[in-house]
Amino acid sequence: MADFFMTNLLPLLIVIGQSFLLLTILLITIAYVLLADRKIWAAVQIRRGPNVVGPWGLLQSFADLIKMVVKEPVIPSGANKGVFLLAPLVTCVLALAAWAVIPVNAGWVIADINVGVLYILAVSSLSVYGIIMAGWASNSKYPFLAALRSAAQMVSYEVSIGFVVICVLLCVGSLNLTAVVEAQNSKWGMLGWYWLPLFPMFVVFYVSALAETNRPPFDLVEAESELVAGFMVEYSATPYMLFVLGEYVAIATMCAMATILFLGGWLPPVPYAPFTWVPGVVWFLLKAFFMFFLFAMAKAIVPRYRYDQLMRLGWKVFLPLSLAMVVIVAAVLQFAGLAPK
Amino acid sequence: MSMPVLFFYLYAGAAIAAAVMVVFARNPVHSALFLILVFVNAAGMFVLMGAEFLAMILIVVYVGAVAVLFLFVIMMLDVDFSRLREGFLEYLPFGLLIGFIFLAELLLLAGGWVITPTVTKTITAPIPAGVSNTEALGLVLYTRYIHYFQISGMILLVAMIGAIVLTLRHKKSVKRQNIAEQNARTKEAAMAIRQVKPGQGLSDSDAAEWVR
Repeated sequence: MADFFMTNLLPLLIVIGQSFLLLTILLITIAYVLLADRKIWAAVQIRRGPNVVGPWGLLQSFADLIKMVVKEPVIPSGANKGVFLLAPLVTCVLALAAWAVIPVNAGWVIADINVGVLYILAVSSLSVYGIIMAGWASNSKYPFLAALRSAAQMVSYEVSIGFVVICVLLCVGSLNLTAVVEAQNSKWGMLGWYWLPLFPMFVVFYVSALAETNRPPFDLVEAESELVAGFMVEYSATPYMLFVLGEYVAIATMCAMATILFLGGWLPPVPYAPFTWVPGVVWFLLKAFFMFFLFAMAKAIVPRYRYDQLMRLGWKVFLPLSLAMVVIVAAVLQFAGLAPK
Repeated sequence: MSMPVLFFYLYAGAAIAAAVMVVFARNPVHSALFLILVFVNAAGMFVLMGAEFLAMILIVVYVGAVAVLFLFVIMMLDVDFSRLREGFLEYLPFGLLIGFIFLAELLLLAGGWVITPTVTKTITAPIPAGVSNTEALGLVLYTRYIHYFQISGMILLVAMIGAIVLTLRHKKSVKRQNIAEQNARTKEAAMAIRQVKPGQGLSDSDAAEWVR
């Protein structure tokens, strides 16, 4: 029995403890990411943004949390109750599950698996179910239409994200996320990270990530001016909050992915003295937040795409471009003798 | 009993229970959702077998794409539940008969099946030691089995083109946008700025130009 405990239960308990730690830190970070999103948006529009709860509005997200939780959740009588309540849980849990494989520093990862990149793709391809289930279970036309078009949108942009990731993997030679970061470690610092040699792919990844997480200018899922609130129009209180939470966690995941794939993860931008003293996790957070700042600015600046423009961009521009880049990158690596062994 | 065994029973049990529910769920959408649960559990069992690449591909391809299409189709159908259950008793004997034949055949197979003890030595492309299974798969897929791989890719491509050809219709009545033309529009061609004096409005010639 003691043997069983040492070999099986103890590692399990350690993993559970680590997961809780990551979950707590992640959720608190998300609370401030949400606030930062609103503050940046406000600053662009020369407003103040939330500034009442706590100093400079710092506690606004927590006030929202309490408000959402104590409200009454309304379930439409025609709704399919089980699926209706399952949908927000699916969205939120899947978004959080992706963080199991994301390394925030050398060795700081819960599951350092061989196929980390594939795992992220798998989880993000599953997240479309939260939307479809919500749209169907609401038993109403607006959510259903919104769910159909957002599912089509997410499936379309997943394809180009997949090809972008393949480009990076060709340069790395491994599907492990830690290996992806280590492969960008060179004496040139930030010039050796993949954003420079693969710059077109970095742009494609950024725009596809916006579409994949349903952020403006691709927020056709919610599109409050045409679809009320899209697939979550029937949701209120805690289930609604879970959708929003899942959405922001997915955004954070995409920022972390961009950081790992293109911005060298936890590596310092200049690999010399004062910069190497800073812990890697600080660099990781700075880079991820920079990516989030780009997300927030896109929301504040760019008007919403029309649906046919969105589809055209995904299938007729990004897909051929990323497909061509896979061929070009593979050919260059092969014939220049740069391919990883 | 070790942890993998526990997890195997967890995944296998959940997969079988979900598979049963696929058949017995009254609502087709619930059936499709249970089918997805079966896929996810099968992926879990792949992970337990050490085939993590297959597990992830199963989820990306089947759950992330194929099952989404299933769900799309089923949700768009206007299913009449009373008509679905109509004639259930008429079909029942045939269904039972076919099911029984399948079961008997499976039992005969399972009963008479002996695994050759040397089967692991007869593998034509043994997994090289010290590489992950993703790498091992890549090593044989693009070298030893390149032709099969290419042929299956071709078949999929033909199927894809076929589906597009079957459904593509160019209707004359539908207005389509020419994106290049739209992007080529300049500010001068698209808008006219007029200083309108208060109380006077535009002259007719000005207005005509305005609507252009």
